[in-house]
Amino acid sequence: MARQLIRLAGVGKNYRKGRELVRVLEGITLGIEEGDFVGLMGPSGSGKTTLLNLLGGLDKPTRGDVEVDGKTISKLSSGALAKWRASNIGFIFQFYNLLPVLTAARNVGLPLLLTSLSASQRRKHVNTALQLVGLADRAKHYPRELSGGQEQRVAIARAIVSDPPILLCDEPTGDLDRATADEIMSLLQRLNRDYGKTIVMVTHDPRAASFAHRVLHLDKGELSKKPVDLH
Amino acid sequence: MFGWLTQTAALSALNLRSLPRRPGTAAVAMSGIAALTGVFAGVLSMASGFEKTMEGTGQEDVALVLRSGSTAELNSRFDGEQANVIRFAPGIARDAAGEPEVSAELFWIVNAVGKSSGTEANVALRGIQPNGYSLRNNYRLAEGREFTPGRFELIVGRGARNQFVGLEPGQTIRFGKTEWLVTGMFETGGSVFESELWCDVNVLQSAYQLGNGFQVVRARVDGPDGRLRLEEALGDDQRLSVDVWSEKQFYSDQAEDTAALITTIGLPVSVLMGIGAVFAALNAMYASIAARARELATLRAVGFGSFPTALATLLESVVLAFLGGVLGCAIAWFALNGFQASTLAASFSQVVFNFAVTPDLLARGIVAALIVGLVGGIFPAVRAATAQVTAALREL
Repeated sequence: MARQLIRLAGVGKNYRKGRELVRVLEGITLGIEEGDFVGLMGPSGSGKTTLLNLLGGLDKPTRGDVEVDGKTISKLSSGALAKWRASNIGFIFQFYNLLPVLTAARNVGLPLLLTSLSASQRRKHVNTALQLVGLADRAKHYPRELSGGQEQRVAIARAIVSDPPILLCDEPTGDLDRATADEIMSLLQRLNRDYGKTIVMVTHDPRAASFAHRVLHLDKGELSKKPVDLH
Repeated sequence: MFGWLTQTAALSALNLRSLPRRPGTAAVAMSGIAALTGVFAGVLSMASGFEKTMEGTGQEDVALVLRSGSTAELNSRFDGEQANVIRFAPGIARDAAGEPEVSAELFWIVNAVGKSSGTEANVALRGIQPNGYSLRNNYRLAEGREFTPGRFELIVGRGARNQFVGLEPGQTIRFGKTEWLVTGMFETGGSVFESELWCDVNVLQSAYQLGNGFQVVRARVDGPDGRLRLEEALGDDQRLSVDVWSEKQFYSDQAEDTAALITTIGLPVSVLMGIGAVFAALNAMYASIAARARELATLRAVGFGSFPTALATLLESVVLAFLGGVLGCAIAWFALNGFQASTLAASFSQVVFNFAVTPDLLARGIVAALIVGLVGGIFPAVRAATAQVTAALREL
């Protein structure tokens, strides 16, 4: 049995909106094993992205603890969290979030600037990541010269280039057509299956969710107990 | 360990590469800072140019004898007898013929019309004696001939000729009831004398019915202690009540007052422009981080720290300011360096001087620009570092 990589215990998150206190997440207790591929679904405003941000150390819970690989990240300082993210998390966003002034290769190489690798070692890693996503021939292209699918592949290459164990995807196919979305999902599936990446993916798309090993449903900030119907 | 320095360098490179995507805001910030630097350098170059002209005037071995308490030639006065007492006092050098190297002079104010303004301004008409030429080391007749003693003739300094109408050699010009022939143009190495018109002192006395009166006696002193001996001798003489100045010190003191006045008037303008430039920089940097909010958030999500993000934002502001500063200095240099102007000096006559945009002054302009960039960048830098990553990532 695989070991538990991510553990959330009684996690809650509140936001203050003016004078009003908004409870975004409530009593989330969850375990995700190493190598798992988890889909996270739910209506808009149900707290999916907030949960993803807590897992990725971009935000801290109001209550409860988030533990990743035995480390309680919810207690880390923001500086320590930034360092932790650099080596443990790869983010994949709906709108790719590539830097328009950088080529595909330089975008992919960004996380490596936070490591002690030499320039030639960085180049090697970037090439490997771009080959893995099938875009080695687009290394010198700028984002504006790429299609949406290609941009998302570059974003995926950026997420995996420093070989983090966890990939967090926020609607990775939300801006893509069906065929391209399938390609991206197949790529994520391969990263999970062949490279052992643990993936947590927020999606509205049942078809994308069907690539996951299991799908969790969030409703009004709480995890639903009932099984998710993807059809 | 790859710490904040490497991150700052990487983020700064990214920020600067993205500058061409924001030409409008970058240009506003740069032009605001360029204007500040230009005005700042302009004011200082005016003051330094004036000081340079005044300080380039006068020699250590020439003494000026003025009536006691007079701080300008204009309000000093002697009669001919007193001038003679000074002429033969100890401490004064003698020429080859054994005559004292002295020029008793009158400093009279006449009106001439400015070439650029078209309005009348005070110009110094100096009456000199024959030694008056040699007592100015740099004196050189550049055009025409010297005035003939006893005639209503005058020679004009290069600066005066450039600034006022009717002072070309060969022309005649009327001051009061008298018509004067301009016979030549002289130079004195850019000193204040070039703002003057020179004529025979006796002719000036008769033109303005000044009797046998003088205002200043200029004398070359004999050796290093000559001025002291002259001062002691004149101080002991009951017929006189005079002050003895080193000619160099006299003009240097006059320069300080006027240069301080120029700076006092000009600096508040620069400070106001500086405040405006700070807001321009502030605005540009806020626009910069707003335009790249999602990029910055992505970088922070990837693992870049908030401190390097702040530093890189600050550095971008400073770089913009530096570019603006260089632009302002370049404008000041090309537009003002050597530009000739005149101002009313402590002598109550116009002194013609060249703006002097010196390297030191340019450095001060750049430092002012960098300060503006630093101050204007602080708040945007703090905002860039403390912006909520999660909120920025959601922005479209």
